[in-house]
Amino acid sequence: MSGPSDFQPTNPALKWIERRLPIMGLMHSSFVAYPTPRNLNYWWTFGAILSFMLGVQILTGVILAMHYTPHADMAFKSVELIVRDVNYGWLLRNIHASGASMFFFAVYIHMFRGLYYGSYKEPREVLWILGVIIYLLMMATGFMGYVLPWGQMSFWGATVITNLFSAVPYFGESIVTLLWGGYAVGNPTLNRFFSLHYLLPFVIAGVVVLHIWALHVAGQNNPAGVEPKTEKDTVPFTPYATMKDMFGVSCFLLFFAWFIFYMPNYLGDAENYIPANPAVTPAHIVPEWYYLPFYAILRSIPNKLAGVIAMFGAILILAFLPWLDSAKTRSSKYRPLAKQFFWMFVVVCIGLGYLGAQPPEGIYVIVGRILTFLYFAYFLILLPLLARIEKPRPVPNSIADDVLAKSGGKAPMVSAVIAVLMAGGLLVGGADSARAAEGGNKPPAQKWSFSGPFGKFDRGAMQRGLKVYKEVCASCHGLSFVAFRNLAEPGGPGYSVAQAQAFASEYKVKDGPNDQGEMFERPGRPADYFPSPFPNEQAARAANGGAFPPDLSLITKARSYGRGFPMFLIDFFTQYQEQGPDYVTALLQGYEDKPPAGFNLPEGSYFNTYFPGHAIKMPKPLNDGQVTYDDGSPATVAQYAKDVTHFLMWAAEPHMEARKQLGLQVFVFLILLTVLLYFTKKKVWANAH
Amino acid sequence: MTTASSADHPTRRDFLYVATGAVAAVGAAATVWPLVSQMNPDASTVAAGAPIEVDLTPIAEGQDIKVFWRGKPIYISHRTKKQIEEARKVPVSSLPDPQSDEQRVKPGHDQWLVVVGICTHLGCIPIAHEGAYDGFFCPCHGSVYDTSGRIRQGPAPTNLPVPPYTFVSDTKIQIG
Repeated sequence: MSGPSDFQPTNPALKWIERRLPIMGLMHSSFVAYPTPRNLNYWWTFGAILSFMLGVQILTGVILAMHYTPHADMAFKSVELIVRDVNYGWLLRNIHASGASMFFFAVYIHMFRGLYYGSYKEPREVLWILGVIIYLLMMATGFMGYVLPWGQMSFWGATVITNLFSAVPYFGESIVTLLWGGYAVGNPTLNRFFSLHYLLPFVIAGVVVLHIWALHVAGQNNPAGVEPKTEKDTVPFTPYATMKDMFGVSCFLLFFAWFIFYMPNYLGDAENYIPANPAVTPAHIVPEWYYLPFYAILRSIPNKLAGVIAMFGAILILAFLPWLDSAKTRSSKYRPLAKQFFWMFVVVCIGLGYLGAQPPEGIYVIVGRILTFLYFAYFLILLPLLARIEKPRPVPNSIADDVLAKSGGKAPMVSAVIAVLMAGGLLVGGADSARAAEGGNKPPAQKWSFSGPFGKFDRGAMQRGLKVYKEVCASCHGLSFVAFRNLAEPGGPGYSVAQAQAFASEYKVKDGPNDQGEMFERPGRPADYFPSPFPNEQAARAANGGAFPPDLSLITKARSYGRGFPMFLIDFFTQYQEQGPDYVTALLQGYEDKPPAGFNLPEGSYFNTYFPGHAIKMPKPLNDGQVTYDDGSPATVAQYAKDVTHFLMWAAEPHMEARKQLGLQVFVFLILLTVLLYFTKKKVWANAH
Repeated sequence: MTTASSADHPTRRDFLYVATGAVAAVGAAATVWPLVSQMNPDASTVAAGAPIEVDLTPIAEGQDIKVFWRGKPIYISHRTKKQIEEARKVPVSSLPDPQSDEQRVKPGHDQWLVVVGICTHLGCIPIAHEGAYDGFFCPCHGSVYDTSGRIRQGPAPTNLPVPPYTFVSDTKIQIG
């Protein structure tokens, strides 16, 4: 893209094509011969990482769309069926869901890098603005993608975000109705979000092409912030930048794979494993972590319209950055004041992210307002001011000089990486602690055989748990995503196909219509799902004093509790993600005959230590000796509770063992690849230094 | 400098590049596997393709019914004496896809013809009791099958396939 290429293929067939469509010349001049500054550091590999992530998201997204059903009644179930039944469906979904977080993680680093090194300054203004457009498109795409699983957070996230537009004077209500395609968020909303979620990534890809084009016209910025002058300042893109980028991508993949295979739900919200319910709003609506800073700005402003304007303004202000910061020196390396304020700005952003996840009350609101002010002050007051009063240090004469002057100094890089990781952790932890204060005691952590990177289910516990479910829980709770055939699948409770068949035939399943047009009952088959105890929600409520006994298929993933600081950070490394099972086990044992003095127990409720709010409608379900075990395990409530939770954990994630096994293989492979790429890169660059 | 160092250790340098390239290629190939494998029928579809049982009592002589197994229509014909005779009269060697009628039915149950009702030409569904041979006629491109479901005329290359089935009793079959 930088002028006509002198590239000429030697093969006559290629020559023939090249004369008519010079595509090979274009590729050669853009990605092979293209001169790239020789002093780029690893922060510059995030461009390649982002391109890679866009490819990953489009590829996995197109595949998921092959199996997904965009209908309000079927979307949640279809996502579960992808995870349970489609070959490697769990892998594809995990990649796509955590891929979204990784994409934003990388884009934030990319943006902060541009901010620090002044990559938006003349002549790269258009390049920067295209980047802001890509970021806006990413936010829209990410939001609409989050709606598609149609869980509680999907539904209420869609409601809250679309309602932002109701702040528009005069036309607000009409705009929102237009967005919804109805009087509330519903099936038409889901359908159009699916359509747009499929469309926008390709729009992003198009703008990325423009972004790269603009980049190749202006040339890359570099840590020194001086333009290349002679040939000594640059190296050809291939192999130098290519190898470095590949090494960067490989390192990033290690980080990514940690989430895919070991922490797939760490960045998600347990609430989204509950199907969308238009009648109940979750206690804490928290957006995904990557929107939190803007969410905090929205909530800091006590006026609806002003809040919405501030939120969008916080993003749009980035587009004006090239003119707000008129300092001639690009790189903050040579701007002693700008450098310090940059890091303060990073802290402000992280602080806003943390506050975005906190309940909007008390001190959080006040700090939120201060940080919102500081956010805007950085752009509107500080940067214009600095450009006038700051005395920058002299910049190097050329990039080659900068390379020569470099004396090792990798330390800032390392500390920056640590800072970035801590920041990410803090944001996630912020989301986590929002779930904390819900008025239930923290359940004690249990030892589970399935926890950790090598965790496996305990077949005995699962078989006993199935018995407890069948004899006790099943009278009120369904297990509608689990089929009898699953009982004989690898990674499951370890029954044979014949045993699963026999188990299924004990159930009566409704089928039909037959040739006479009538429904009839027949014995269950392996392909059938566990029948639910009630025909519909109304019947379930009528039989249970107004309460709806939730389906247990996903209960161990749909329940969680806040881990608090610093546990959530430690959890990332220990791979602790058993909040759900810990809670379910504790709940089953948490009944007290008498509520503590002063606690007002409503009629028809029971006191449970671990239930949020303590008043639960479910009577104490388990008693000692209630279920007979054949294998000599103690017939106690504690044992029942642990066994049935163990079984339900498998029911919620039947491919957990496969996930962890494949994870180990992928990690061995990725470490090998990364080491090889490191040495290859070193070898390639040995000539350049 | 560049040429000197690579000339000194040409094999070591090449080995590193080849090894890196090979490992990356293996990774790319392994990544393709799940991306393609997901297109195969999922576990619920496979489970739904389990064998089915069909009661033959309601089917009178000369009648046929269509049932679905694995999403495919299966014709079950209760053939008349005349139809069976027609099918057995024709010399096998004269057929485009030579197969005797005995090979296509279960011994002792000669009157029951069970075939997959999908034309072997391009997948349309042939109409029963039509065509010159009193068997099946495919309206799409004019393939004609006889009372044993064998191709007699038209573009279809092979006979209508016989699905796997067994007689559970004299009046009940299990397909699959």
